[in-house]
Amino acid sequence: MTESQPIPSPEDALAPSPPSAVRRVALLGNPNTGKTTLFNALTGHRARVGNYSGVTVEKREGALKGAERPVTLVDLPGTYSLSAHSADEFVAVEVLLGLRADSPRPDALVVVADASNLERNLFLATQVLELGLPTFLALNMTDVAEQDGVAIDATKLAAALGVPVIETNARAREGVDKLKRLLEREDLPDRPRVPRVYPDEFLKARDALREELAPRLPADFGLDAFAASRLLLEIDGEFEARAVAQGGSDARAAIERTRTELESAGLRVRSLEARSRYQWIREHTNSCFTETQGHGRSSHDMTERVDRILTHRIYGTGIFLLLMALVFQAIYSWSGPLMDLIDSAFGALGMWVGGLMPPGPLQSLLVDGVIAGVGGVVIFIPQILILFAFIALLEDVGYMARAAFLMDRLLSRAGLSGRSFIPMLSSFACAVPGLMATRTIENQRDRLATILVSPLMSCSARLPVYTIMIAAFVPDHRMLGIFNLPGLVLLAMYLVGIAVAIPVTWILKKTILKSKTPSFLIELPPYRKPLAANVLSRMIERGREFLVRAGTIILAVSIVVWALSYFPRPDAVANEYEIAVESINAQYLHAFSQAGISTAGGGIPTNSEETAQWEAYYADLALDDAVDFEEWGRQLDRAAVHRDGEYLRNSYLGRMGKLLEPAVRPLGWDWRIGMAALASFPAREVIIAILGVIFDLGPEGLDDQQGMIEKLRAAEWPDGRPLFDLPVALGIMVFFALCMQCAATLATMKRETNSWRWPVFAFVYMTVLAYLGAMITYQVSSLLL
Amino acid sequence: MPTLDDLKPGTKAIVEELEGDDLFAQRLMEMGLLEGTTVEFIRRAPLGDPIEVRVNNRYQLSLRREDARRIRLQE
Repeated sequence: MTESQPIPSPEDALAPSPPSAVRRVALLGNPNTGKTTLFNALTGHRARVGNYSGVTVEKREGALKGAERPVTLVDLPGTYSLSAHSADEFVAVEVLLGLRADSPRPDALVVVADASNLERNLFLATQVLELGLPTFLALNMTDVAEQDGVAIDATKLAAALGVPVIETNARAREGVDKLKRLLEREDLPDRPRVPRVYPDEFLKARDALREELAPRLPADFGLDAFAASRLLLEIDGEFEARAVAQGGSDARAAIERTRTELESAGLRVRSLEARSRYQWIREHTNSCFTETQGHGRSSHDMTERVDRILTHRIYGTGIFLLLMALVFQAIYSWSGPLMDLIDSAFGALGMWVGGLMPPGPLQSLLVDGVIAGVGGVVIFIPQILILFAFIALLEDVGYMARAAFLMDRLLSRAGLSGRSFIPMLSSFACAVPGLMATRTIENQRDRLATILVSPLMSCSARLPVYTIMIAAFVPDHRMLGIFNLPGLVLLAMYLVGIAVAIPVTWILKKTILKSKTPSFLIELPPYRKPLAANVLSRMIERGREFLVRAGTIILAVSIVVWALSYFPRPDAVANEYEIAVESINAQYLHAFSQAGISTAGGGIPTNSEETAQWEAYYADLALDDAVDFEEWGRQLDRAAVHRDGEYLRNSYLGRMGKLLEPAVRPLGWDWRIGMAALASFPAREVIIAILGVIFDLGPEGLDDQQGMIEKLRAAEWPDGRPLFDLPVALGIMVFFALCMQCAATLATMKRETNSWRWPVFAFVYMTVLAYLGAMITYQVSSLLL
Repeated sequence: MPTLDDLKPGTKAIVEELEGDDLFAQRLMEMGLLEGTTVEFIRRAPLGDPIEVRVNNRYQLSLRREDARRIRLQE
């Protein structure tokens, strides 16, 4: 029989939770127990995803589907233990204790346990029983246990633990309805009795400590028996940190003294819980298991056979590389057609909307600010969906842990773990899905370090910058017979990001991201058939999250930068343009009047489209020889392009560029390049379009790489020296390889780290590195070349 | 005394002691790897590190060799 602890003292009794219309039920369990699959089955794949405030932990909630009373399910992060040694690990405990303002205390709990590995799962389950909340045990993956030859007597287990046990197989939706009915019933199970896990000496010491600390701690600390146990057991844990922060050095002294007393009584504090708890579990639940024959091959045998290939030195590595090449190819290339489609759809929408209204600030705001901004957000969706299709699939199958196993050695040298490989690889296509992929990294410090350095990987948005600079300024020399210089320069740009990322990671991990938790201790779960519904809901969830959370920030940035580049629109520019158009037209209209043709009432042409119409209209009048309509149109277009360039050069952004010129001179840049770099803050590839306008190439010149190259080559300093040469071009490339000119990445970083601190930090360190890198590149190559 | 890192693939042993009194040791114990637990060495990763072990004949765990050297085994 299970012994229970003495009746809790009055202050132990939880205040009855306030009657609320919505019942809250928290789901917790070890990783790889099918907890999320169960959550999806219970909620019908509808999760509201966000962040707990102040930490990077994902908050997932969903309504119990088809329930008669409203029930909110809270999916807590998978964990092996409630012991918490960081703010992130502490979130689950805070939620369970009702210590968080952003998540009311749950009314009931569901512990999801893997039946095929029950003993370890009961470690967490018995910890949870100490919370004294109505608890259900969902005994999941009973099919796997059966296959492995373990039969569990659920009735005996329920009696041993004192909680209802529901056998489930979430993948096949078995037991899900039963659990659902129990969760929506008016009456919840009684509070479980607290298993008497710890030795008496510990309980005595704990209660003494509790009495000593109670007057020193504020009432809302919640120093009940559970909290006091955790406080004492978790050396350098979060409970201790909280107690010391609120109770001062006296509290610290009391905790340390109690621990010393326990140690001298022969109880090792560090191992006390694990030893006592596993012993309790064995004593009280061993009679619930029977070994059976099992049927067919066990899940372990099958997994082991697959792993013999997938983690094989040659085959395993080969398959891994092929798989990664596939993932990379998919996000890098397969997303291309979809992205082009989105791009042209928004382009067409912009044209259409632009045609509906007269030119002016409102038209430009809608077309160049809003529509282009929304397009700049939606453009990321194909890459996000494709990457998360792969990640969800690989994770559901169980391969992600193997990928980490294979790659750990490589990344451990920089202080990371194998978990960081896929996020970093993805970042070579685009850092946005790459950062979103870091959620598979359990160690939060490692995850942050990965988030901070991933944007150094050369993404596909840098490629247009490299391409145009290389095409314009890198001579096509052959090197050593087989290499050519442009190719080598391109390779160097990719390598420069990696070469900088390694020391940056190393320094981060040695300083601000030094971690207490071991960085590599992962379970290699048995392989499983993936569930299409899991994969799909993961993709949709990520896509929607990006649109809502990051999308709004990106749009806001686009509009701000649009306004800076549009205003103030000085009249002088408009006047100058009108004078230019008049003088061009006067020159051509002269021929009409000479030929005795009246053009009154026909207005005057302002661009090449209109001159072409004139040409068609007056075709019969044999003016062709006297009037070169094409040249006329070209001159008019050039005037418009020059006007747009003038507007941009005189915009607030242009003024900022001029102000900044002294700062960018050491890079060999003039204010126009500096301004283009500023204007590319929303996205790096924008610099090409901006350079086009600044150097009077006009918007239609953007697709004209040769025209662009000529403009760049022709650009001059005021004294007539060419503005661009090879050192300047190399410096620009290095700048863009290292800089953080990408609002989407910054917005995603804010979303992932749940704070502006990290995106600001990343922006500053990358901009400094980009500046120094560009300066060194320019100065050194000027000397050498 | 041999450590977990000294095991040959396919061999089993019983844990005698975890060296060190830190969070890593605590995490291992919470995951059910403590004195008296049976561990089976499954394999090394292709690059030589980390290693894969089977804990208690129940599940596979991967850890780095430098950490495995802290897990002392019964002779």
